[in-house]
Amino acid sequence: MAEFNPIIIAFVCNWCTYTAADLAGTSRIGYPENVRLIRVMCTGMVDPQYIIKAFLEGADMVLVSGCHPGDCHYINGNYKARRRIKLLHAILPTIGIERDRLKLTWIGASDGIQFARTMQELVVQAKGMGPGSGRPEIMT
Amino acid sequence: MGIQRSLNIENEDILTGIQGFLTAILASQDIDAMLVPKRTSAGHSIMPVLISHPRELNGVDPISPQFPLNAARQVSKLTKKPSGKKIAVLLRPCEIRALIELVKLKQGDLSSLLLISIDCPGAYSNKEWASQCATQDMPDAAEFIEHRLSGRDLPIAKACDACEWPVAALADIQIGFFGMDYRKQLLVLFQTAKGEMLADEMALESVQVPEHRSRQLNEYISNRRSAKAQMFENVRKKTNSLTNLEVYFEACVNCYNCRVACPVCYCRECVFNTDVFDHDSYQYLVWARRNGSIKLPCDTLFFHLTRLVHMSLSCVGCGQCTNACPNDIPVSDLFRMVGEDTQAAFDYEAGFDPDQALPLSEFKENEFLDVAGV
Repeated sequence: MAEFNPIIIAFVCNWCTYTAADLAGTSRIGYPENVRLIRVMCTGMVDPQYIIKAFLEGADMVLVSGCHPGDCHYINGNYKARRRIKLLHAILPTIGIERDRLKLTWIGASDGIQFARTMQELVVQAKGMGPGSGRPEIMT
Repeated sequence: MGIQRSLNIENEDILTGIQGFLTAILASQDIDAMLVPKRTSAGHSIMPVLISHPRELNGVDPISPQFPLNAARQVSKLTKKPSGKKIAVLLRPCEIRALIELVKLKQGDLSSLLLISIDCPGAYSNKEWASQCATQDMPDAAEFIEHRLSGRDLPIAKACDACEWPVAALADIQIGFFGMDYRKQLLVLFQTAKGEMLADEMALESVQVPEHRSRQLNEYISNRRSAKAQMFENVRKKTNSLTNLEVYFEACVNCYNCRVACPVCYCRECVFNTDVFDHDSYQYLVWARRNGSIKLPCDTLFFHLTRLVHMSLSCVGCGQCTNACPNDIPVSDLFRMVGEDTQAAFDYEAGFDPDQALPLSEFKENEFLDVAGV
């Protein structure tokens, strides 16, 4: 049986985590291709609907990552994101999507190495958890 | 605490007694109009009616087991902009709690309102009410209360059976039958400063709240709590995976009646009515090809999960979503359960403290630190 390759959808903010990903790239630090980055201007604009949609479409893990508390380019977008993730953590386990499948991290613009390490760690965890329950049977 | 009076009932006719009391309230200088649940002319339904003349109070019926809609939404219409008038509203406890949520959402205002409530004996679903009306005489108010208090097996809606809030703590005036010899006398509690101002205008006798009241209430509430625990246990099993959730909602036809009936579904325009979900024709074919097939209408679970995210924090468990479902999906069982989880996560209780901010309307730097992390 082929090795399980999880799909991780990562909503990353333009100012911190995306910049960190960029830094990882320009520094030629690799990170697993399981992670699909979606750049947003701020974690505060990540509507919980985006996260639900990702799970329903078969994401095995969803990451929302932005600036450290106090560093948000828009002052408080990351605090709003934190409350929304908190809300989703209270809902998703009830319908069989484990809490650990939805992650929130703070990765600053200069944390290229930290970014790559975090992505590696998430892939290890996602593999450990196995396929998410929304994963469709992909027809080829 | 508050002013306690008694309302004498003649000929065991509770509704006429209540009507007399409401007439006195409407006669007060301070009240311009009154929103009450009133029997329609044919008598088959009980709808909220805005009344400015006391003769129209004939047919007021806040006790019969029909609860066709949560009137908080109607009160919101009456108060979202200042009218300069004072309105008394007679609501069930869950309607008052929904109204409190709407006020926090700036879709209503309490300052022009006098909130009146009655101990709530629960209600039937609309369908049950209609089928019972068609085949038999419905119990009168006193009989219905008696049946509820004696624990007799009645086709009460599941949301009401599992509701542990039969009394409205925030009502300015609470009319009570728990612990009373209700065929002869009801309790009237003027619970707030606004309520107390009216107490003297009403020609009612002072009375002590009987000790029996809290005993009977506690017993009633504890029965409701066990029903709730049972309901949650059942629904938890039926919705514990996306596959099971799909089965739970398999009869859903995306009519969105649950959203319309929900008193706290607050968006002015629902995202599911916008272009976001007006997919390209080609898109459906892409989805069908990717998975081999796609059920239409699609986005069913997406809709219900979105609603959970949007309104579960304000869910008061009134059960109107289930009531409105044309295909008898027990929507409110799930929403009430998830609502309890989400509200607990933020140490929030929908519909109780008007000064407690909605969880998603405020945020702080140092909070919920355990949410972030790998």
